[in-house]
Amino acid sequence: MAKTVAQEFIKGLWAEIPPFRLVLGLCPTLGVTTTVKNGIGMGVATAFVLVCANILVSMLRNVIPAKVRIACFIIIIATFVTVVELLMQAYAYALFQTLGIFIPLIVVNCILLGRAEAFAFKNPIIPSIADGLGIGIGFTMALGSIGAIRELFGTGAILGTQIMGSGYEPFAFFVQAPGAFICLGLMLCLMNLVGSK
Amino acid sequence: MGDYIELIIACIFVNNILLAQFLGNCPFLGTSKKMETAVGMSMAVIFVLVLAGVFTWCINDWILVPYGLEYLKTISFILVIASLVQFVEMFLKKSIPALYAGLGIFLPLITTNCAVMGVCLINIKSEYNFTMTLISSFAYAAGFGLALILFAGVRERILLARVPKPLQDTSIGLVTAGIIALAFYTFKGMV
Repeated sequence: MAKTVAQEFIKGLWAEIPPFRLVLGLCPTLGVTTTVKNGIGMGVATAFVLVCANILVSMLRNVIPAKVRIACFIIIIATFVTVVELLMQAYAYALFQTLGIFIPLIVVNCILLGRAEAFAFKNPIIPSIADGLGIGIGFTMALGSIGAIRELFGTGAILGTQIMGSGYEPFAFFVQAPGAFICLGLMLCLMNLVGSK
Repeated sequence: MGDYIELIIACIFVNNILLAQFLGNCPFLGTSKKMETAVGMSMAVIFVLVLAGVFTWCINDWILVPYGLEYLKTISFILVIASLVQFVEMFLKKSIPALYAGLGIFLPLITTNCAVMGVCLINIKSEYNFTMTLISSFAYAAGFGLALILFAGVRERILLARVPKPLQDTSIGLVTAGIIALAFYTFKGMV
């Protein structure tokens, strides 16, 4: 193995950070990032499923026949999504209510299927955990930062604390649907600009 | 009757699945570079979504609810959708090859299109009856097609424009989508 475990972990934080570098999983990125809290909540839920699914796929990689691997991945992912759903209903009900339909929809998030197919199915458990953690934390950071920008400009506050001065007129466009697309588009442009230098 | 018309308008325009609810954005950006692929994807989504909406409604109402198994919703719905897509693919290949040639490559993609799963979950959550499920599934899918085809039209034009390098491809696509979403946003409050 050419790459070390640490490298597998770090690549998820910048070089392959979803949804900027890997343009996957856009739906939750746009749908739930109206505030920092929602963004991070969604990120953590996704990261949990990603790590667990990566572990199981990697453990079973020699057992699963290659022909039906996609169906197997989907069942493994769906199982962990159900676990997250039940856990959130029990311990974070308010967040569960706000994220609503996007929690069960983690199942069809292409990041998960993508990592299972591209990484966990071909690698042993330890690098798979590192890969899942890296991508998961990268995704959480991305959702958190998009949430921060939208919350800051849309409401003038971050995590409920007023940041902008009292004279600031909230730019409500950012917390509405169209703002999500434009905000993400501009952030992607900024990433390209920084990355190309 | 009035209720149904209201539902159709709400699903196509006001709560447009792509631009107001953010479901199905991966194929939205992925297949909108050419008009041809956009039309193919829209047709495939309309086809599968109506079937999936009806099937998941039946499963939820006849199996999951009577036996108190609602927590298995996620896992059973995704399995139903995945096998439905596979079945439709096999059926089309065998009996309507012309349609299969048109929709072929888009069908497998639909399994991981969250618009399909999303609409099924919305139908259940809104407690629609059978007819309303049928209507809303079709209307949401039509809204998906409308937005996707509009977007593809705009994107084909962008190809001719000189876009600054960092903004190219997905980035300008997202900004364009935002502007189209802004147009759809004006439908808010209509129903």
